[in-house]
Amino acid sequence: MIYNEEYETLPREVLEVLQLKRLKQAVQRVYHTVGFYRHSFDQAGVQPDDLKTLDDLKRFPFTTKQNLRDNYPFGMFAVPMSSVVSLHASSGTTGRSTVVGYTKRDIDTWSELMARSFVAAGLTKNDIIHNAYGYGLFTGGLGAHYGAVRLGASVIPMSGGNTKRQIMILQDFGPTAICCTPSYALNLAEQGKAMGVDMRSLKLRVGVFGAEPWSEKMRQEIENAFGITALNIFGLSEIMGPGVAMECIEGRHGMHVFEDHFLVETINPDTGEILPPGEVGELVFTTITKEAFPLIRYRTRDISRLIPEPCRCGRTFLRMDRVTGRSDDMLIIRGVNVFPSQIEAVLLAIPGVEPHYQLIVDRTGNLDTIEIQVEVGEQVFANADEVKVLQNMERQIVKDIKDYLGVSAKVKLVEPMTLQRFEGKASRVLDKRQI
Amino acid sequence: MKVEQISIFLENRPGGLEQVTRILKDAGINIRTLSLADTTDFGILRMIVNDVEATSRVLKENGFRASRTNVVAVEVPDRPGGLHGILAVLSGSGINVEYMYAFVERSGQNAVMIFRFDAPDKAIETLQQNGLTVLSGEKLYAS
Repeated sequence: MIYNEEYETLPREVLEVLQLKRLKQAVQRVYHTVGFYRHSFDQAGVQPDDLKTLDDLKRFPFTTKQNLRDNYPFGMFAVPMSSVVSLHASSGTTGRSTVVGYTKRDIDTWSELMARSFVAAGLTKNDIIHNAYGYGLFTGGLGAHYGAVRLGASVIPMSGGNTKRQIMILQDFGPTAICCTPSYALNLAEQGKAMGVDMRSLKLRVGVFGAEPWSEKMRQEIENAFGITALNIFGLSEIMGPGVAMECIEGRHGMHVFEDHFLVETINPDTGEILPPGEVGELVFTTITKEAFPLIRYRTRDISRLIPEPCRCGRTFLRMDRVTGRSDDMLIIRGVNVFPSQIEAVLLAIPGVEPHYQLIVDRTGNLDTIEIQVEVGEQVFANADEVKVLQNMERQIVKDIKDYLGVSAKVKLVEPMTLQRFEGKASRVLDKRQI
Repeated sequence: MKVEQISIFLENRPGGLEQVTRILKDAGINIRTLSLADTTDFGILRMIVNDVEATSRVLKENGFRASRTNVVAVEVPDRPGGLHGILAVLSGSGINVEYMYAFVERSGQNAVMIFRFDAPDKAIETLQQNGLTVLSGEKLYAS
């Protein structure tokens, strides 16, 4: 099934004409409305008028996460705040988070793309969708919500957490579809089993999972645990949120990038050189219809490859394969994006904590865990030799990490000089997860 | 009249304590008494030793987080209600005990308790006013 048959099956040559028209408008608009782009285009010696073909896009400079941070909070916005109807943000301490804005039309587009995604998963207005993506500044919850409403399905705005209650609602409300992070799906299955609920007998038939990397093995586990078809969705808040690309139930192999709104490239992350379709590299997206927060050649740091072969579902959009990794040090902990530098910023703001720490990421059962090992500083121990002082410090770290980054961490105080010292680039993360 | 105590941060791992006792043995230091406060992840080892300076130095040289804290050593009559008498005096004056542990040796007919107070000077004054014996550091380190 296809939600917007006209656009989703455009012949490639017609699609490319549409893309070029939209891209030309987009580069003109950003050049004239966003100071950052005027500066970066000028510096690269390229003008909006230089864009004559889609291929000319490669002459334009990349936009990076750092550029977004440098322009915190609203510096990258291309419309006045009076035209912005909604804001979302990535987690992070001030200046380290990324704020994105949407005009009314952007929300409209987003709703349509999520509706397309649900239809690609075989859903209709007769479905009940249990939405366990987090609602709030995170784009997952509201993005899926908008799409469900646009489709006319019944959405249960469950948000994350409260697992026992989720299982009760899965039983009592009888949703036919679920969306959440894949690791949370497995957690739900496990909890349900512990509560004696036969998760395979629920009315669920489809799951739309994303916001973190997962594998074919996890897909099988989820499908077996719930007796459903599990599909992969891709998105990132900078570009839109969920619904940038979606796997179709017919193909179940790669996610169709909604190319009438986004252009996608793969590059060599070290050289920036464009790779031919099919080769593994870093995904780069350009938004061609976004009004409030347009991005030209945004480096996602997500590693994947494009699948140029046509799909049996009839959509003409390129597919992207599963994201298999990152070209930077960003961690995804239970669907929340966290940079080690953000954790460091939180730690160093706490009196008595010294800049020697190590992050240990693991997966217990189906949930990601993060342990922060911190050396006990001279100062904190000199002032008091009491257990409660150290425990208060531990609690402070846990609370601040939760407050600023939205991640529940475990803190372990360790003896001085026991953590590795680095000369040059520090690698403070030990990721033991086997996904 | 305060006594200097050495406190060491220890991770909860096998061999942690043994490492400390070995360092002290090699430095010829005599542990007069000790107590270990533990949590799930870490512990704090508190000791009265015969040479505070040397202990502090060798521990720091070996990479331990060691600090020196003032505690108060009080003679406790070795009979029912002995400890209670002391605590009653303290509680009457609003003095809080952070932690306490026993000294291994006796002082004459009395036992000796080590106290960490939130207000040590006031505690000493109160105890002495009530006729209780507070022992000096020199006496404990060397006896």
